[in-house]
Amino acid sequence: MLQTLVFLPLLAAIIAGFGNRALGNTLAKVVTTGALFISAMLSWITFFDVGFGDVSYTVPVMDWMRSGDFVVDWSLRLDTLTAVMLIVITTVSSLVHLYSWGYMAEDPDQPRFFAYLSLFTFAMLMLVTANNLVQMFFGWEGVGLASYLLIGFWYYKPSANAAAIKAFVVNRVGDFGFSLGIFGVFLVFGTVDISVINGTADAYRGGTFTFLGTEVDILTTLCLLLFVGAMGKSAQLGLHTWLPDAMEGPTPVSALIHAATMVTAGVFMVCRLSPLFEAAPAALTVVTYVGAATALFAATVGTVQTDIKRVIAYSTCSQLGYMFFAAGVGAYGVAMFHLTTHAFFKALLFLGAGSVIHAMHHEQEMTHYGALRKEIPFTYWAMMIGTLAITGVGIPLAGIGFAGFYSKDMIIESAFASGSTAGFVAFAVGVFAALLTSFYSWRLIFLTFFGKPRWAGSEHIRHAVHDHPSDEDAGHPPHEPAEPVVAEGTGGYHPHESPAVMLIPLAILSLGAIFSGWLFYYPFTGAEEGAEFWRGSLAFAAELMEEAHHVPVWVKLSPFVAMVTGFLIAWNNYIRRPGSAPAFAAQFSALYDFLKHKWYFDELYHYVFVVPAMWLGRTLWRRGDEGTIDRFGPNGIAGLVGRSSVAARALQSGYVYSYALVMLIGLAAAAAWFLPGMLRGE
Amino acid sequence: MEFPILSVMILLPLAAGALLLLLPGDEAGKASTARWIALGTTLVELILGIVLWLGFDTGSSAFQYRETVPLFEPFFSWELGIDGISLVLIALSVFLMPICILASWESVKVRVPEYMAAFLLMEALMIGVFAATELFLFYVMFEGGLIPMYLIIGIWGGQNRIYASYKFFLYTLLGSVLMLLAMMYMVSVAGTADIPTLMSYDFAESAQVWLWLAFFASFAVKMPMWPVHTWLPDAHVQAPTAGSVILAGVLLKMGGYGFIRFSLPMFPDASVDLMWLIFGLSMVAVVYTSLVALAQADMKKLIAYSSVAHMAFVTVGLFGFNQQALEGSIVVMLSHGLVSGALFLCVGVVYDRLHTREIAAYGGVANVMPRYAIFFMLFAMASVGLPGTSGFVGEFLVMLGAFQASTWAVFIVCTGIILAAAYMLFLYRRVAFGTITNPAVEAMRDLTAREYACLVPMAVVVLWMGVAPNIFIDPVRAPVADIVARLDAAGAPQQQVELVAAPGTTAETVPGASR
Repeated sequence: MLQTLVFLPLLAAIIAGFGNRALGNTLAKVVTTGALFISAMLSWITFFDVGFGDVSYTVPVMDWMRSGDFVVDWSLRLDTLTAVMLIVITTVSSLVHLYSWGYMAEDPDQPRFFAYLSLFTFAMLMLVTANNLVQMFFGWEGVGLASYLLIGFWYYKPSANAAAIKAFVVNRVGDFGFSLGIFGVFLVFGTVDISVINGTADAYRGGTFTFLGTEVDILTTLCLLLFVGAMGKSAQLGLHTWLPDAMEGPTPVSALIHAATMVTAGVFMVCRLSPLFEAAPAALTVVTYVGAATALFAATVGTVQTDIKRVIAYSTCSQLGYMFFAAGVGAYGVAMFHLTTHAFFKALLFLGAGSVIHAMHHEQEMTHYGALRKEIPFTYWAMMIGTLAITGVGIPLAGIGFAGFYSKDMIIESAFASGSTAGFVAFAVGVFAALLTSFYSWRLIFLTFFGKPRWAGSEHIRHAVHDHPSDEDAGHPPHEPAEPVVAEGTGGYHPHESPAVMLIPLAILSLGAIFSGWLFYYPFTGAEEGAEFWRGSLAFAAELMEEAHHVPVWVKLSPFVAMVTGFLIAWNNYIRRPGSAPAFAAQFSALYDFLKHKWYFDELYHYVFVVPAMWLGRTLWRRGDEGTIDRFGPNGIAGLVGRSSVAARALQSGYVYSYALVMLIGLAAAAAWFLPGMLRGE
Repeated sequence: MEFPILSVMILLPLAAGALLLLLPGDEAGKASTARWIALGTTLVELILGIVLWLGFDTGSSAFQYRETVPLFEPFFSWELGIDGISLVLIALSVFLMPICILASWESVKVRVPEYMAAFLLMEALMIGVFAATELFLFYVMFEGGLIPMYLIIGIWGGQNRIYASYKFFLYTLLGSVLMLLAMMYMVSVAGTADIPTLMSYDFAESAQVWLWLAFFASFAVKMPMWPVHTWLPDAHVQAPTAGSVILAGVLLKMGGYGFIRFSLPMFPDASVDLMWLIFGLSMVAVVYTSLVALAQADMKKLIAYSSVAHMAFVTVGLFGFNQQALEGSIVVMLSHGLVSGALFLCVGVVYDRLHTREIAAYGGVANVMPRYAIFFMLFAMASVGLPGTSGFVGEFLVMLGAFQASTWAVFIVCTGIILAAAYMLFLYRRVAFGTITNPAVEAMRDLTAREYACLVPMAVVVLWMGVAPNIFIDPVRAPVADIVARLDAAGAPQQQVELVAAPGTTAETVPGASR
């Protein structure tokens, strides 16, 4: 069953990809979507077997590579951690496949799109079922490839191509760390088998080895190297720059890859290797701080973005930060809990945003939205549920609320309960970021669905109204006005609600955003139920969970207060006094610019890495190869031999070829003739 | 006496090549006959190669299929034999050859019989290099293999072919003279020119260093290693497509083969002592040439520079001195032979249509040639080292193994995986993606049946080697293990993992995980 579940999407991808035009749109869509729904169904069956039964096993598939003591096989591992990822991946993926029937309906290249989606799903499934680090790396790079292909799906857009390359290359920086981590693991453990590594990690506590000429702690170094990989894939601070740009891809892709599944691979990796990380407390502290810093950074940037997808992208980045600091304080079950609930409500938000974009004729700037509540009511309610879930709306102490209420609050409580300095910092940051989360999420809702229509200022809308045959299949130049033109009025445009194939996934995900927290709270994070549920598939800290469930009341209340505060600020600025936000921005323009430019990371990297690399490349080529090596090497010798014109004439006459031949034969003959004599003479 | 399969594999293309030069008839008729004879011969060679592999005992490190015909007693005799390392490289050669002939089918229009003869001569000499077990026979094959390449570049090359072949010639000349002197010394000391015997002969440590350096001069140029690599971009740019394929695919492997056949087993002490030199040059090479590749405006030059970077992985692996690193190096050699060969074919495909290698002239090719775009993407990703392709297996094993010899070397070399992604994707984007700006691109048609016949086998093997590479590694395990044992005896460095004493336990030192 596990094999079917994993390889069916690959098969579908191959059929749709190679069949392509010959197969036709509908057949390609049926094959891929059908395969994914079967996979999803099997995943849920598996999940209940594993999570609430006592099934767990590893199925060998075939040999991969063997070299000396290094043995890597293709195999599929199934335990609770994998099962959780299976349902997340296949559920969201199948819904995204279905949703794309509507969203991509006018695209001329649909088989390719669906083939990529299925290929991605396969790679992601290989990642989460891996029982060795190399197969995990295969999945890791496989999802990277699919992400690259899908971000650049509209390959005629220069901005999409740039974003695709950026995503791949920045991820490669992470993979650089991941690779070194694997090499180090093999050096130390003599294997890359995850079960063995986790089982024996404790024995290496306090051990040292020489890395880059320095004597360093083994486990801290290995965990940090592996974590660099996690940072790349999960867009953590420093390696996050690709994620917002990845929004160039079609919106269903953003929902599946850049919100629900691929970007959580880093969190999954830390959880999968949690016994290893547990043995390296210093590394866990770093994980906590990086997670907290990302949660804060991304939330601040999210507050000023005007592109609806970018807001959600930064929100994703921030939520991933939460998951990491949960893992950093040792609450792996909680990290996985938030990963799961987040997958549902973030996919919901993205697909909802896609529905808005669809309704608004590919306009993505929220400055051109407004008053859409009544035009697209179904989408509005879906987005509302998503927002209620992400901001963590619920009744504190009573313990009833939307998905994010359970998972995010549990993260904040765990961080507090951990009792470490890093944990407390993470707790404080988490609460503050919750305020920002609430603010930017409600800001999105208010700008999009409330107020007066500001559609007239949008070029996309003008195109639509004037019946301009614009490229329907999206793919417009990036719309990033420095100072968005705000023109009020509808411009004569009538937004249309999306078709049923798009709304059904929204409805299902809404159920997830409402109930997944309530359903999974105890199995994932209960002190006793959790241990029973995870059954050793991650380092479950029952004591920490116990304490986290019993933190002081003010700790339990603080995220709620932060959430309400964020809501009130947003309401005040965008509903009560709609002009106050620009005024605030103008007043604190330095801060606003800093946030608007995303803390200047892109600019920094451009001048520190991109520009010098290109300059170095040119310089080494012109000055190094041509100016030095060639000048004093072959060209210099030519000068010595004679004037180059003479040499050239000699060459052109073919003389050199004869010469070379004669020389070789002569040498060989001489060797053969004289050597025996020489040697006999000895 | 057994069927002398190795001699037949060497002499058959030689005879076919000679026949081509004597063809009667008019120009067009001769060209057509020459093409078919060349294709037929290379296909027979391919079949012989498969027979060779099937009859090979992969568990053994001994030289097999040995043949001896004394020519000039006591030295210089026709001695052939192959071990697993030779086997896989011969397999690579005979696999690429028919593809090269097909790739030249239409693009070469002048002096076709001579061109095909040059290729067949080259095939004979390549097999000879890998099959020779006598020092001077190896030398003749090794140096002789360059002559058809000079001819191919110098006669059927591009605009600046004279300069390119001249540069190629100058570089290789110096190395070959030193190597010949070193060989003469070795024979005089050891009293034999038999390579298998020399591989277990212990030369004095002081002499080893000089001998090692003399061989290094030749092999470093062939690899090519930085800083003696500048002949390669020019040679590639000027060579016709099939010339580039063979140059990248097989000729560059001769340097690596030389290191693994001579430098490592014959001079193990010198290899261990001079490891730093190889690591140093390789580290520079990866970063330097990858950055240079990033700045290229010519497709072939870009791939040529990327070759230099990939070959640096080979050298790092060879001097990583353990099973994984050495096997990895051999896989990188095979993989690079396929992948960069395929990339040159991909360049050739669009060059045949547009007659320019300027990247800027393209753009949006994926719109008109979607099937081509898939192959190009696959080979670009294999070059980048994506898991699931052959490129990953080799580079990964190399770094995994070499990590035990030097973490610094691997740390620097590993940046190559980032840079490779940057330059290959940048190339791909400029060629295949975007909108069509050059009207000539609009008229380009997708792959022809002949081009499929070239690219599909390459793609299949690249994926096969990426997903189930063991069959390609099996033959080399035993010979590599022998070499590693010799290097170990010479004190090859290995990382120590120390477990400090925790309270209540005793300190112990765990040796590096594996050999």
